[in-house]
Amino acid sequence: MPAWLTPFIAGFLVLNAVILIVTYMTLLERKFAARMQSRIGPYRVGPHGLLQPIADAVKLMMKEDVVPTAADKPVYNLAPIVFLIPCMLIFATLPFAPGLGVADLNIGILFFLAVSSMEIVGLFMAGWGSNNKYALLSAMRAVNQVISYDLPFIFASLTPVLLAGSLQMSEIAAAQEGLWFVFYPVIGQLAFLAFIVSTVAAENRAPFDILEAESELVAGFRVEYSGMKFALIQFGEYAHILGASFLGALLFFGAWAGPGPEWLGPLWFLLKAMVVFLLVTWVRWSFVRIRVDQILALSWKALMPATLMLLVATAVVVVWRTDGV
Amino acid sequence: MTVASTTSRVEVDYAGGERLTMNMGPQHPSAHGVFRAVLTLEGETVVGVDAVIGYLHRCHEKLAETLTYAQYPSIASKTDYVAAMTSEFAYVMAAETIGKIEVPKRAQYLRVIVAELQRVASHLLWLGTWCMDMGGALGGGATIFLYTIRERELILDLFEALVGARLLYGFFQVGGVRYDLPAGWIDACRKTVDFIDGRIDEYERMLEDNPFFMARAQGVGVISRELAEDVGISGPLLRASGVPFDLRRAAPYSSYEDFEFTVPSETAGDCFARYRVRMVEFRQSMAIVRQALDRLPEGTISSRPGLKSVAQIRIPKGETYARVEGARGEVGCYLIADGSAKPYRMKWRGASFSNLAVLPLIIPGHKVADVVAIMGSVDPVFGEVDR
Repeated sequence: MPAWLTPFIAGFLVLNAVILIVTYMTLLERKFAARMQSRIGPYRVGPHGLLQPIADAVKLMMKEDVVPTAADKPVYNLAPIVFLIPCMLIFATLPFAPGLGVADLNIGILFFLAVSSMEIVGLFMAGWGSNNKYALLSAMRAVNQVISYDLPFIFASLTPVLLAGSLQMSEIAAAQEGLWFVFYPVIGQLAFLAFIVSTVAAENRAPFDILEAESELVAGFRVEYSGMKFALIQFGEYAHILGASFLGALLFFGAWAGPGPEWLGPLWFLLKAMVVFLLVTWVRWSFVRIRVDQILALSWKALMPATLMLLVATAVVVVWRTDGV
Repeated sequence: MTVASTTSRVEVDYAGGERLTMNMGPQHPSAHGVFRAVLTLEGETVVGVDAVIGYLHRCHEKLAETLTYAQYPSIASKTDYVAAMTSEFAYVMAAETIGKIEVPKRAQYLRVIVAELQRVASHLLWLGTWCMDMGGALGGGATIFLYTIRERELILDLFEALVGARLLYGFFQVGGVRYDLPAGWIDACRKTVDFIDGRIDEYERMLEDNPFFMARAQGVGVISRELAEDVGISGPLLRASGVPFDLRRAAPYSSYEDFEFTVPSETAGDCFARYRVRMVEFRQSMAIVRQALDRLPEGTISSRPGLKSVAQIRIPKGETYARVEGARGEVGCYLIADGSAKPYRMKWRGASFSNLAVLPLIIPGHKVADVVAIMGSVDPVFGEVDR
């Protein structure tokens, strides 16, 4: 097999793994939410509803594709793809075990964060191209919110980077041998807390889901989408959450570290990512949505300064510990 | 009535920005039925509201002229289908007042019990849907909604055991009530009331310890005492604006003077005050139910003999206005009888209809997200608004 083929095969495998995980992540969330609300959740399709995601996928594929006559058609049709690509691209630099990943760049974290904030382009295209007032308002809110929360998200992610002293994901994972960063005194917990809050917000999950806000804006930027286009947007969102969960597990929970043989590593990693995902889900199903001005105030007046100060404090601690001043 | 005459647009300082007209409803997740609000937006801020109603009009008042006094109570349920007992109550009270028909004490107590249980059920549904307006069907709001709907189910079970129906009852009858309590109902009712009492504490903790909820509810949609009195709102809205007016206390009917309860009142007039008033009302209603169960007199449940034909009840000539304190406020029924088995004319005063009039006056200046929070806190039921 020629060497240039390897990344393609790796990419193909990772994409398919992501599709599979995301499909069942939706079921996990539905089951989890159902338990929180004293319901049972999907139960009819397959044993314990295990085939429900497959049924949903088939249903969405068979739906009629409706394009509003007044829509800006090129923008409208392109938006789901533009939205999906960055959401899938974030998995490019994630290593799932030592040496197992598409590309372990030396600026892996930077790549992840940069690509992950590009989803806003797709969001805005969807909101604008639909030519719908709900969608337009939602797109406006999206730009506000994603920009406001990407900064704390980045600052919170950079704290483990400082502690590890590297932007390379595998290095960060290796640096946590012995002590996962979430257990790093004070700094670790604060950074993780900020990370969870900004993840919830940056992923537009409730209580920060003002852009899909179905009680005000019906479904926000995707109100006009149906069938597979809707599925792509939905899929992109969940892929983005999965990516952020993996990032959280990698930055704070020592990635693939865990008891048992080495080949269990990716499974441990997945398990930790799911723990992060369920944390985010837990938040989602317990809070009421907050208002757009309150969201912005929370970011710029509280979360931003706090994470920035945390970053500076971390830098001081790191310098102090390495130089032994 | 034309659409234009229902228009009430309030301008706040026009900053000269570009304005957007957005239709919210009649098909909208937070329309609480079929409310249509035509919002004028400047960015996210609402500067004007046109409230358009009438999408659920079913000619209820005309219908009442074609149905006999024995038939209409079942149909009266359908005006306010969330608190169906209340409208039946107002209708039969009007008929009894004109006909000077005595209602046995036991029937009066039974009426009080079902009316208060209905208030609890209605407030439970309100709490769930209001939180869902603020929190979304795909978020924390849905969680609270599913909790409250679970408890409401227990009350519906009680009604089902009593009447055989879960939503629209036909329990009230001119001269009394239609059914006596089945065996074991009192114990089941006590158990349910105690259970829900505990759950209300849980909701209170869950919501009031939640800073996001407080941020959404406090200081939003303030109705001042003057405005409340001018517009003529009633029920929890009025009491949240500092007027402790409750028909059960101000003009007792159906033996309400026998029971001890407090009329809650708040002064802030915002969404949170309305929430607080209703939370206290939960407990007061359940206290009344307990007292009524304790002191339930023996005797007949109707002063009239069993029904042999639908035209059996004839009300002498006369007219009156009867009003009861419903879950949403004053529910009134103006009835003109002409001596036959059917009313000559009937007019509903729906609490939701009058309360809705305050919306265009308080919404401007708020954000879009607050529109649904304020509307939810008013608790309109469109069956009652449009009738």
